[in-house]
Amino acid sequence: MTESKELQAKAKQEVATPAEQTRPGLVFTPEVDIFETDQEITLLADMPGVAADEVTIDLKDGVLTISGDVKPWEGSEETDVLVEFEIGKYHRQFSLSDAIDQDKIDAKLEDGVLRLTLPKAQKAVPRQIAVKAG
Amino acid sequence: MLTRNVFGLPSMGWRNPFEDLENLTRRMDMLTNAMYGRPGARLMMPKVFPAINITEDKDKYYVRAELPGMKAEDIKLEVTGRNLAIIGERKIQSEGENTRYHRREREAGRFSRIIGLPGDVDADSVDAKLVNGLLTVAIAKSAAAKAKQITVKTSE
Repeated sequence: MTESKELQAKAKQEVATPAEQTRPGLVFTPEVDIFETDQEITLLADMPGVAADEVTIDLKDGVLTISGDVKPWEGSEETDVLVEFEIGKYHRQFSLSDAIDQDKIDAKLEDGVLRLTLPKAQKAVPRQIAVKAG
Repeated sequence: MLTRNVFGLPSMGWRNPFEDLENLTRRMDMLTNAMYGRPGARLMMPKVFPAINITEDKDKYYVRAELPGMKAEDIKLEVTGRNLAIIGERKIQSEGENTRYHRREREAGRFSRIIGLPGDVDADSVDAKLVNGLLTVAIAKSAAAKAKQITVKTSE
């Protein structure tokens, strides 16, 4: 893409029906891009304010759950002047239909973006099947 | 025309027939604000990207914005008078040839926003850091803008 457009401000989406939480706070759904190649599925999630040790990734029964905890970043002496976005943790779930090779899942968190690479299990890699005539 | 409503005294004239409804709407608004309102400043809808939070303590203003996936060299910050300008571009890398997207929610593009700070600032001591996609700009208030303690004397 050669031209860039102006970014529009969007309000953060809250999770519609959050599960009961142990600590009070807001839960947001991070924006994600999901794409796949023949070998793997990649998921990119925007989770600003989350450090690498605060991300939890869980894959069980075909359901992928990603969540990120955010440590409160305001000092105790600070008072609010203008508040346009709220602070809260991130949580999102996806159901995966392809078989995933769980041992080779790779996760990387850089600049608040989680990059999750899920290699497909060998039997899920599409194979060309030659059609014989006759 | 004399009107008598059920709860009040008879009154002159045909008053606003919706007055009771407006009263009810206003009281319901106050009720929902009391139940769901959060302590602190009221939440404003962001009109320009990025959404920011401004906080202050006695020495500094803090401006924070969520900018995931941005590198420090893609952001430009300028302080002019009382205004802080945040200008930059978010780039999303393209991912190879053979990719099929299932979901595409993240956006890339340029942004430019000027934020007016509530008081005078010292443009020479501004500290900005970008950690995990969260930009925090700490701007020192100018000496004149800091609150000065005034001691009250009890005798001359």
